[in-house]
Amino acid sequence: MKLSKRIWIRSMLCAAAAAAVSGTAFAQGAPLKIGLLATLEGPFAAGGADGMRGAELALSQRGGVVAGRKIELIKASSNAQPDVAVNATRKLVEQDKVEIMVGPLSGGEGIAVKDYSKTQPQVTFINGGSGAQATTLVNTSPNFFRFNTEGAQWMVGLGKAAMDKGFKRTMIIAEDYAFPYSQVQGFMAEYCRLGGKVPVKAWVPLGAKDYSSVIARIPKDVDSLLVILGGADAVNFLTQYENAGGDLPMMGGSITVSQDVLNYKGKRRDSLVGTISAGPVADNFDGADWKAFVADYRKAYPVSAGGFPSPSLFAFVYYTNMKAALDGLAAVNGDLSGGQAKYREALSKMVLKTPTGDVRLDSNRQAIGTTFVTEVVKDAQGNLSTKVSRKVDNVDQTLGIKKEDFQMGTRDVPACP
Amino acid sequence: MSAAKWRRAMNTGLTGARVRPLMQASAQSAARAAPAAAADPHVNSDAPRWLKFLWRTLSARHVFVLAFVLLLPFVASPFFTYQVAAQSLIFGIIALSLSFLAGYGGMVSLAQMSVAGMAGYAVAALGASGTASSLGWHWGLVVPLALLIAVVFSTLIGWLSVRTDGIYTIMITLAIGVAFYYLVLQNYTVFNGFQGFQKVYPPTVWGINWRSPMPFYFLCLFWALAGYFAIQWLVRTPFGIALQGTRDNARRMNSLGFNVTATRVLAYAVSGLLAGVGGVLLVWYNGLISPGSVGTGWLINVLVIAVLGGMKHPIGAFLGAIVFILLQTFAIDLIDRERFNLVIGGVFLAIVLFSPDGLLGLWAKLRMHFGPSQVLTSTPRRQP
Repeated sequence: MKLSKRIWIRSMLCAAAAAAVSGTAFAQGAPLKIGLLATLEGPFAAGGADGMRGAELALSQRGGVVAGRKIELIKASSNAQPDVAVNATRKLVEQDKVEIMVGPLSGGEGIAVKDYSKTQPQVTFINGGSGAQATTLVNTSPNFFRFNTEGAQWMVGLGKAAMDKGFKRTMIIAEDYAFPYSQVQGFMAEYCRLGGKVPVKAWVPLGAKDYSSVIARIPKDVDSLLVILGGADAVNFLTQYENAGGDLPMMGGSITVSQDVLNYKGKRRDSLVGTISAGPVADNFDGADWKAFVADYRKAYPVSAGGFPSPSLFAFVYYTNMKAALDGLAAVNGDLSGGQAKYREALSKMVLKTPTGDVRLDSNRQAIGTTFVTEVVKDAQGNLSTKVSRKVDNVDQTLGIKKEDFQMGTRDVPACP
Repeated sequence: MSAAKWRRAMNTGLTGARVRPLMQASAQSAARAAPAAAADPHVNSDAPRWLKFLWRTLSARHVFVLAFVLLLPFVASPFFTYQVAAQSLIFGIIALSLSFLAGYGGMVSLAQMSVAGMAGYAVAALGASGTASSLGWHWGLVVPLALLIAVVFSTLIGWLSVRTDGIYTIMITLAIGVAFYYLVLQNYTVFNGFQGFQKVYPPTVWGINWRSPMPFYFLCLFWALAGYFAIQWLVRTPFGIALQGTRDNARRMNSLGFNVTATRVLAYAVSGLLAGVGGVLLVWYNGLISPGSVGTGWLINVLVIAVLGGMKHPIGAFLGAIVFILLQTFAIDLIDRERFNLVIGGVFLAIVLFSPDGLLGLWAKLRMHFGPSQVLTSTPRRQP
């Protein structure tokens, strides 16, 4: 009975597999499908929508056609939860049969989608905006590529900038998940090496509304705060900190001082002026490619149509990753045969031209790229934007530390109280 | 409560008198459908102990539905089998635990997803996962333990909340659910905080990888059927009748000598077992569990599923789950990608607006118009 049941199930699985194979053969000649996943719900909804704009911009720059094949974008949404992201990805891959997958947006989602990508070796997965270190550092997946630098890389240079400003003791307030862990590590690796101290790290849940207990914990002897909160959380904290009479100078994480936060319409936003931070984008960077990118973005998505005055970090990273997907396709002339082997080879070897400079991949298929140290300024129209104070090139994932000595960032690593 | 008291309630009470003709009616219809039921070996091999009960309750449409769910994975794509069908069955089981409590016990608990999540977390924390803090015990030990933990957790929730009524039960269970969410979010020693547990996969038993779509579907189907028939059977036992009695008039049941509190807490324990089964399957389905899986959104989604399907019959939970999962998966294909939640909300609103009893109510209305008159099996709530 057991044996017959086993054979029965196996034969049915074979039948299902045969049906799937014949299904892909049938799809030849149709437009090439690329799945696009971003968070259109939940805490990063604004950023997710801008990420979609960035990816669409990369496609429209090529007129929607690569190597003579029309590209069809199939979009899906998640809410920054890993299970939702995997469900949405599974639908794109298994139901809509996309051949290339771009996404997801946030750290925990990225790790979950990377784990899922191992079960779908026929599809190439390219990251969207997620910046958790673990995605390309431990337990890597051969068909998962990331053309954006990640959370720790984005903070390189900020430690030195803080010491230059005379911040000797800093309290860190960050959301309690993988991406901020990476950001904190990127900052502390440099800051602690230069002699800075971090006496307190406050980890707050994502989506927290009340920061009074965190504000009460700020020690008297620190001379600055590093705030690594995204979207609505950052706005909530800033408002409450001002209301509580706080006046310490602030530093921001890469998504704290992004366009979606700078465009917050409250009256307290002026307190952000002078904040230093680091990240992969800087609004007022004067590279020619960046200026062309911003001009394209503004033309395609004017503020009146819901776009931001300047492309946000999420628009930039989704643009970069989608551009990599399309450039790779163009390089192999749209040839995805042989389990996409040629395509993946082209991706791995590619030197990608991005608006902020060239990006290469390391052996874990993780980007080596540029980081900017920036300061928030207010322009004549009253818009807040970031000004470049330093540009750091060729930042790799281990932050220049030897691979053997490199420890992934967690709540407790690194530490220098 | 002695067995004699149960029996007396069965024989003398109003409710008992009402149930018996119903059972006879279904026995007659079962007699007609019996040959078809016997021809299906799956049913016989899976539940030999309940054979008598099955023969008594099975009718033609049961056989039709059974044939449909058994054949579905052979015609549907693996994606549909796994993500739509199996997921619907899992959420059907969890919603069933709520519709049992609410439909037969009159207690709306919003913490059912927390109970399911507790079982899921227990599987992840005690069994094997990608996180170092997992203990890696054998699944044969972990799964019963997880179910036990879920039952204890649910019993505690019941013990806390059964003395309240109506909106206060909802409030107290919602509070427990939200507290549980923040507990798993901020506790790192047991629940691993925001990141939860990854790579929690079902074991490979009898050479079958239970994670591949078809075996996993049948695993879910087995437990969904088991849960469905268990509830069908349970509501006709003296305990089930007493539970419906406490729903309709707790004071009268009390004066008849029933311990109302004990009956209700026992109902919570039963629903905890069901939700626990759903939770174990859910963590295997997702392959991961994180605080988002037990967040407020999901607490309410379970209620939405139960209300959508209708609480007057156990099948309502599964109907609601199918509609809910179909909408969640495919609504994004119907409309502008940024606005698909509007479709989901709109459909829910339409169903609840036009049929307060959910899809079951809609079905009953259709039957009234086009078919012979039909009685829903749960005794309707009576005003005291």
